[in-house]
Amino acid sequence: MLSYALRRLLLLVPVFFAISAIVFLIIHLVPGDPLDSLARIGSSPEQKQAIAARYGLDKPLLEQYFLWLGRLLQGDLGTAIVLRRPVADLVAQSLPYSLALGGLALLFSSVFGILAGLVAAIYKETRIDQGIMAGILFGSTLPSFWLGLLLILIFAVQLGWFPVSGARNWTALVLPVLTIGLGGTALVARVTRTAMLETAQKDFVLLLHAKGLPALRIQLRHVLRHALMPVVTILGLRIGWILGGAVTVEFVFARPGLGTLLIRGLNQHDYPVVQACLLMLAMAVMLGTLIGDLAQAAMDPRVRSALQ
Amino acid sequence: MALLAVRDLSIDIAGIKPLDGIGFAVDKGEILGIVGESGSGKSLTALTVMGLLPLIGGRVARGSIRFDGTELTTLPEPDFRRLRGRRIAFITQNPMTSLDPVMRVGAQIDQVSRLHLGLDAKAAQARSIALMERLRLPSAATVYHHYPHQLSGGMKQRIVIAMALAADPDLIIADEPTTALDVTIQAQIVQLLVELVRDRGVALILITHDMGVVAQACDRVVVLYAGRVAESHGVQAIFAAPRHPYTQALIRCIPRDGMAPGSLAGIPGSVPSVANYPAGCRFHPRCDRAGAPCAATVPPLEHLPSGAEVACHFAETREVANA
Ligand SMILES: Nc1ncnc2c1ncn2[C@@H]1O[C@H](COP(=O)(O)OP(=O)(O)OP(=O)(O)O)[C@@H](O)[C@H]1O
Ligand SMILES: [Mg+2]
Repeated sequence: MLSYALRRLLLLVPVFFAISAIVFLIIHLVPGDPLDSLARIGSSPEQKQAIAARYGLDKPLLEQYFLWLGRLLQGDLGTAIVLRRPVADLVAQSLPYSLALGGLALLFSSVFGILAGLVAAIYKETRIDQGIMAGILFGSTLPSFWLGLLLILIFAVQLGWFPVSGARNWTALVLPVLTIGLGGTALVARVTRTAMLETAQKDFVLLLHAKGLPALRIQLRHVLRHALMPVVTILGLRIGWILGGAVTVEFVFARPGLGTLLIRGLNQHDYPVVQACLLMLAMAVMLGTLIGDLAQAAMDPRVRSALQ
Repeated sequence: MALLAVRDLSIDIAGIKPLDGIGFAVDKGEILGIVGESGSGKSLTALTVMGLLPLIGGRVARGSIRFDGTELTTLPEPDFRRLRGRRIAFITQNPMTSLDPVMRVGAQIDQVSRLHLGLDAKAAQARSIALMERLRLPSAATVYHHYPHQLSGGMKQRIVIAMALAADPDLIIADEPTTALDVTIQAQIVQLLVELVRDRGVALILITHDMGVVAQACDRVVVLYAGRVAESHGVQAIFAAPRHPYTQALIRCIPRDGMAPGSLAGIPGSVPSVANYPAGCRFHPRCDRAGAPCAATVPPLEHLPSGAEVACHFAETREVANA
C-alpha cells in the first residue's frame, strides 16, 4: 500500500511538468499584453523595451519558461508585476482563506450528502426518499454564483444574519460554505443513495439478513461501508473542483483567497500571479484525485492485496 | 409433528404468483431434497421459509409455514429476526458472492454467535475457529483473519456453512450449496452436510437441480415444477418407481461428470416463465404422455397408497405401466 502511494506520487512528477508548461503557455493565450499594464499610457517604445527587459519578457518563450520553471522549483514564484510583491507571499496570504472555505465546504457536502443519501436509501421509494431526491435535484441544478447571490439576498440583506461580504470572522464563512457545499451535497447524496441501493441487491446482504442481523445494522455497517468507496473517490475529485469553484464564490462574496487573487491577476494582466494561482489549482486537482484513489484502496482489501 | 411443515403455500411478488400451493415437511435428523430445473421456484421457496420475501417485494398470499409449533407466515419481523440464523440457517447458492468482501471471514462467522448467543469477541472467535476446524478448513486460525478474496470457492462455502452452524440451528436450508463449485469439491461439501445432519440431528432442506445429489444425500424429495409440487416421496421409492413424467425425466437425465450444471439434456424445452404458465398441468406442453385433461384441468396432488404424493392425471396408470 505504501509503495503504491509512493509510486502514485512519483507519477505526479511528469504530470507536474506537463501542467506547468500548460499553465505557463496559457497566459499567452489571454488577450492583452502584460506590457500594457506595466507601462504607463503613452510610454515610448524605448521605455516599453526597458520594462520588457526588466521582466524578461524580451527573451524567447522557451527560455522564459525554463527560467520560470527553474525559479519555481526553488519555490520562487516571481514578483507580481502590478502589486510589486513576491507572488509566493500573495499566495501564502490567500491560501489559508481558500483552504478554510474549500475544506469546510467539502466537510459540509460529505457529512450532509452521505447522511441524505443514507436516509434516502433506507427509506427508498417513500415520501422521505422522494422529498430528499427532489431537494437534491433542485440543489444540483443551481449554478453556484446564482445560489450565492440568492443566499446573500435572503440571509444577509433581508434577515441580516450573516455579513454580505468579507472575511472578518467565522460568520462570514457560513454563506460561502453553503454556496459551494450545497451542490456537492447533492452529488454526494445521489452517489451514496445509488451505491447503497446497488449494494443492497448483492447476495452477501441477503445472507446478512438470513443471519438475523437487524436491518438497520446491515445498512449502516455493511451496505454504507461499501457505498462509501465510490463516494470517497468522488470526494477526492471534488477537492480540486471545490477550490476551482471557490473562484467565483470568493468573488461574489468579496472574500480574500486564491480565487480573488486569480481574478485580480487576470484583470490586471499580472501573469506571474495568474500562473501561480492556476498552478495551485491544478495541483489541488492532482492531489485530490490521488487522495481519493488512495483512500478507496485503503478501504477495499481486494484492491490492497492486488497492489501488494 | 414435523419440525417444519409447509402447507398450500402461495406467494405474490408484485402481482405475479411464482409459487402456487406448494407443501412439504421435514423433521430433525432428516434431509429433504427440493429438486427442479432452473426457474421452478426453489430459491423463492427458501426465501419464503426464511421470511425474507419482503426484501424482494413479495409476500405470502396463502397457506401456512409451521416451524416447531410457531406459525411463521404471521410472525412479526422482530420475532422472525431472532429465529433467523439462530434456529433456521441459510446457505446460499454462490459462495463467491455470499460473503462481505471487505470483512474478515472470521468476523463474519463471529457475528452469528455474538448476536444470537451473546458471546463476547474472544469466545466467539474460539467458537468460530473450532467450527472451521470441524469443517476441515486447513489452518483455521490463520484463515480466520483472511478476507474472502483470499480463499478458494470450496473454502468460502465452508465459511458460509460455519456461519450457518454458528448458533446451533435446528433447521438448515441449503440453496444449491455446490452448484458454483468444482465437481470434486461438490461431493465433499455434500458429504460434509450429510455428516452434520447425522451428528447434530438438525433438519436439512437441500435444494438442488441434480437428482444425483438427491440420491447421494436425501431421505425424502419434493419435485417442483413451475411453482407447483409435481411429486414428493421417499428417495428410494421415488428412484424405484417415479410416478410423475417430470420426475421420470429428471431421473433419466441425472447429470454425469462434465455436463453443464443446470442443463437437463433429456427434457426438451424449458420451464416457462411465471408470466407464461400454461393452463391445466404446467408440465403438459413438455410431457410426452399428456392426454385430453392435461391442458384443461390442474391435476390435484393426490396421495397414492404407496405413500407418494403426485400431481398427474395419469399417475395411477403410469404405476401400472412402469411396473
Ligand atoms: N424477485 C423476483 N421477482 C419476480 N419474479 C421472480 C423473482 N425471483 C424469481 N422470480 C421468478 O420466479 C420463478 C422461480 O424463481 P427461483 O429463483 O425460485 O427459481 P429456482 O428454482 O431457484 O431456479 P435456479 O435453479 O435458477 O436457482 C422464476 O420464474 C423467476 O423468474
Ligand atoms: Mg435458485
